[in-house]
Amino acid sequence: MKTRGLKLAQQRDRTDQRAELLLGALASAVLLLIAFMIVFVFAKAWPSFAHNGLAWFGPGGNVNVQLEEIFASPGDPAAYNYTLHAWPLLYATALITGCAVALATIVSMLSAMFVVEFAPAWIASVLQPVIRLLAAVPSVIYGLIGILVLVPFFGNHVISSDQKESVQFVIQLDGSSILVGILVLTVMITPIMVAITVDALRSVPRNWTEGAAALGVNRFRALRTVGLRAARPAIVAAAILATARALGEAIMLSMVAGSVAFAPNPLDGVTFFFEPAKTFASSIVDGAEGLSVEPFGQTMYAFAAVLLISSAFLSFAGWYARRAMRKYTLAPR
Amino acid sequence: MDSLSDARGMDASRQLLAGAGQLAPPVRRIAPEAPPTVVAAPANGNGHTTTLGGLGQKLQRLPREDTTPLERMRTDRLSIAYGPKTAVNEVTLSVRQGEVLALIGPSGCGKTTLLRSLNRLVDLTPTAERGGRILLDGEDVDSFDVTHLRRRVGMLFQQPNPFPMSIFDNVAYGLRERGSKKPSRRALEPAVTEALRRAGLFEEVKDNLEHPALALSGGQQQRLCIARSLAVEPEVLLLDEPCSALDPISTTTIEETIVGLRGEVAIVIVTHNLQQAQRVADHVAFMYLGDLIEYGEVEQVFHAPVAERTREYVSGTFG
Amino acid sequence: MSTHAQTGRPMGLYARLRGGDSWSIGDRLGVAAAWGAGLLLCLIAAAIVLYMLVRGIQYLRLDEIFSHPVAGTDQSKNGGFLDPLEGTLLLTVIGTAIAAPVGVGIAVWLTEYGRPAALARAVESCIEIVAGTPSIVLAIFGLLVFQQGFFGFLSYEATPGVAFGRSFFTAGMVMSLIALPLIVGASREALHSIPRHVREASYALGKDRISTIRRVLLPASRRGIGTGVALGMGRIVGDTAIVVILLGASLQNDPEGSIPGLSLLQGTGSTLTTYVYNNSPVGEGGSPEKAYAAAFVLLLIVIGLNFAVDLITRGRGPSWTR
Repeated sequence: MKTRGLKLAQQRDRTDQRAELLLGALASAVLLLIAFMIVFVFAKAWPSFAHNGLAWFGPGGNVNVQLEEIFASPGDPAAYNYTLHAWPLLYATALITGCAVALATIVSMLSAMFVVEFAPAWIASVLQPVIRLLAAVPSVIYGLIGILVLVPFFGNHVISSDQKESVQFVIQLDGSSILVGILVLTVMITPIMVAITVDALRSVPRNWTEGAAALGVNRFRALRTVGLRAARPAIVAAAILATARALGEAIMLSMVAGSVAFAPNPLDGVTFFFEPAKTFASSIVDGAEGLSVEPFGQTMYAFAAVLLISSAFLSFAGWYARRAMRKYTLAPR
Repeated sequence: MDSLSDARGMDASRQLLAGAGQLAPPVRRIAPEAPPTVVAAPANGNGHTTTLGGLGQKLQRLPREDTTPLERMRTDRLSIAYGPKTAVNEVTLSVRQGEVLALIGPSGCGKTTLLRSLNRLVDLTPTAERGGRILLDGEDVDSFDVTHLRRRVGMLFQQPNPFPMSIFDNVAYGLRERGSKKPSRRALEPAVTEALRRAGLFEEVKDNLEHPALALSGGQQQRLCIARSLAVEPEVLLLDEPCSALDPISTTTIEETIVGLRGEVAIVIVTHNLQQAQRVADHVAFMYLGDLIEYGEVEQVFHAPVAERTREYVSGTFG
Repeated sequence: MSTHAQTGRPMGLYARLRGGDSWSIGDRLGVAAAWGAGLLLCLIAAAIVLYMLVRGIQYLRLDEIFSHPVAGTDQSKNGGFLDPLEGTLLLTVIGTAIAAPVGVGIAVWLTEYGRPAALARAVESCIEIVAGTPSIVLAIFGLLVFQQGFFGFLSYEATPGVAFGRSFFTAGMVMSLIALPLIVGASREALHSIPRHVREASYALGKDRISTIRRVLLPASRRGIGTGVALGMGRIVGDTAIVVILLGASLQNDPEGSIPGLSLLQGTGSTLTTYVYNNSPVGEGGSPEKAYAAAFVLLLIVIGLNFAVDLITRGRGPSWTR
């Protein structure tokens, strides 16, 4: 005979079980969604990779022309044109992302040292909301300022007409360039890196900072040798986060780095920085209208697949770096 | 409970221990009606008594060589206040090379604050204010760069704090991080080896100098910190309860190291442990609520204290 | 070897070199560089805000906020951006309305249940993947999914089996994906920070887990959840890539179908972000004045949301210890 208490208890158990199942189903639904995303994107992108093989990543021909030809493919699926050698895009993506992250890492480490150690109290308290503000500004506003202020400035006042002439048979220099792209991208990713680095420097155990001070090492040296060293795992994590953000930046770069897919030539000297380029992400945005046209759409999905692989690689790199850096933390192994 | 089986049990254990080659310690009889019999522990197991020490008891001090004291540091009516609260009140002390000065007293009475003022580490606390003077070799410590001061007056902390680097890098840290020219590893090796030897750690780590310092045990880490401080060849060494977080064997090793160093470096040690103060010190300063109550040789402070407070503290009435 | 003046001991390597200055040239340069970097950040932020302020005041006319864009190639003369403003608000509402319950639900499941452990770890990694995926990739994935005929009810269906795939509905659903990791993260933190004894007290009173969650834990984590929601809204408001891909390129809101309200959601339109994008030299509008005005309003909205996050986090939360 069930007592009332036992019945109530069983009811509660059932409600609880139902709730757990419901919430678990919700969580699994998101899991399934992301799994679908990965599978679908790769499935849609496969023909483009299959037709080109490894030459997909190699140089050869003008990417802009190739993309136009893909778009103008005849309607018959058997005759789709997939030819693409995306080296300029790969090169531009790596170049812009790499330079921006390198620059941002240096600036953020220096700014973090400033905020934590050298800034007077009122400047430090002003910098906190400033950094949060910079991180919150939408990328389209960065792009707007870039294209309406920086690009004309570089195009009219910095790039000399000699430089323009020197490359005029290959590419037009109008100010939209990787330099503006790198500079604005650096400004976009620095705030988040500064925030993480400041947190990490502030949580260096006082034991270490006092120990370094007691040895007669000056503030800057102590911060550089002990503080940054202890904060190294966090700095690496911040750099990886920033790289992911930079890779995916499509809108700002499409506004500022030019709409021509081009591989800037380091042999051009200083002019190298003034040459335009397109990355994978900005190419997808530029090709947004053509997404429903078959071989073109599949090529765009191929770009997205490359971005997904890079994100996955970055996550793995982050996990590996965290493991390798464990000897710098005080946590028990 | 059957007393016969108890007896058999006791005999069995005694035989076991006897068979293991050790003298069986006296065993307490477990007969419920019998009154308990307590046997005193063997005396002088390791050369130190286990009695509480203090008034009337013989002091057990670590063996030491003779030295001639030479005054290195002096505080002249030093006062330190954190905001409205006075932590140290007009203390005048002398720190001499060739002897160990122990600062004793209950918690919160200004010992650590006084210690940390000697290398101007209190300056790192924003609310701290200092009055009076501190002299190092006759010069006011405020008259020269604080980093220079801290190289001449080293400090050891309660919690061992080796940096997240290798053992070699830890000891060489102070030597590397001053001035623009980075000495080569070859040039540093003799200094590092010497410092590790003086700290009594060299034999244990000489094959593993590249291993991370954080992998050492607590006692080894503290000795590493001693080596690190010694590498910069300070004139004074300040020790803030260096053994409170360590096991007894490490404590003994470190105390012996301290006594061995006193000939070359002036040593000030803050300790809560009165037995440690007896073992290690030559002079003792007793502080209570910021005031220096008594200062004198260790025999005098422990056996014939002048102030009533000292007498109460040393005999364990309060603490 | 020289001897020390006062102790008579021979001076070691260190003592001899000690006489030098404690701040080397490299150190001084380093401090200067640190100052430079800090001040540079301040300058850049000030420049951006001031420039947008100046241009915004210069070009924003109040009636623009309240008038519709007028179709035409020359945007600079007439029309406002009421439609894009509506679009931004609409997308934010849809995205948050989907992301908030789902996000809080996932956070609750991860903290309070979380069985089996492998599934919980997979879900955590999945949320991290979503956080790290560029919004452009999420956008074209969304397009791929919503172009299947099954989802025709969400947008315009030209031929059966192939949906247009672009509408407020579809854009809103993908927007919720980018807000999701922020909400999940903030809610988990808030739930984690509730000490165990609060849960135990509730269980001891005989409540089951789900009522504990509903009546005790969720109200207590209101601040954290609010922070996450505000951060998510900020991200939705500022995103352009998803809108470009999933909301079409029209300047006006273009309702689709006959049911009012629902037709708006099924139709295409624009938001402040795409309005700015289209009116810049990259797009077709070609009117920088409108772009500045709209960008200024967008910046104000984002700053306002940031301020709201500040307010929420600054208020003193409940203290769990006496």
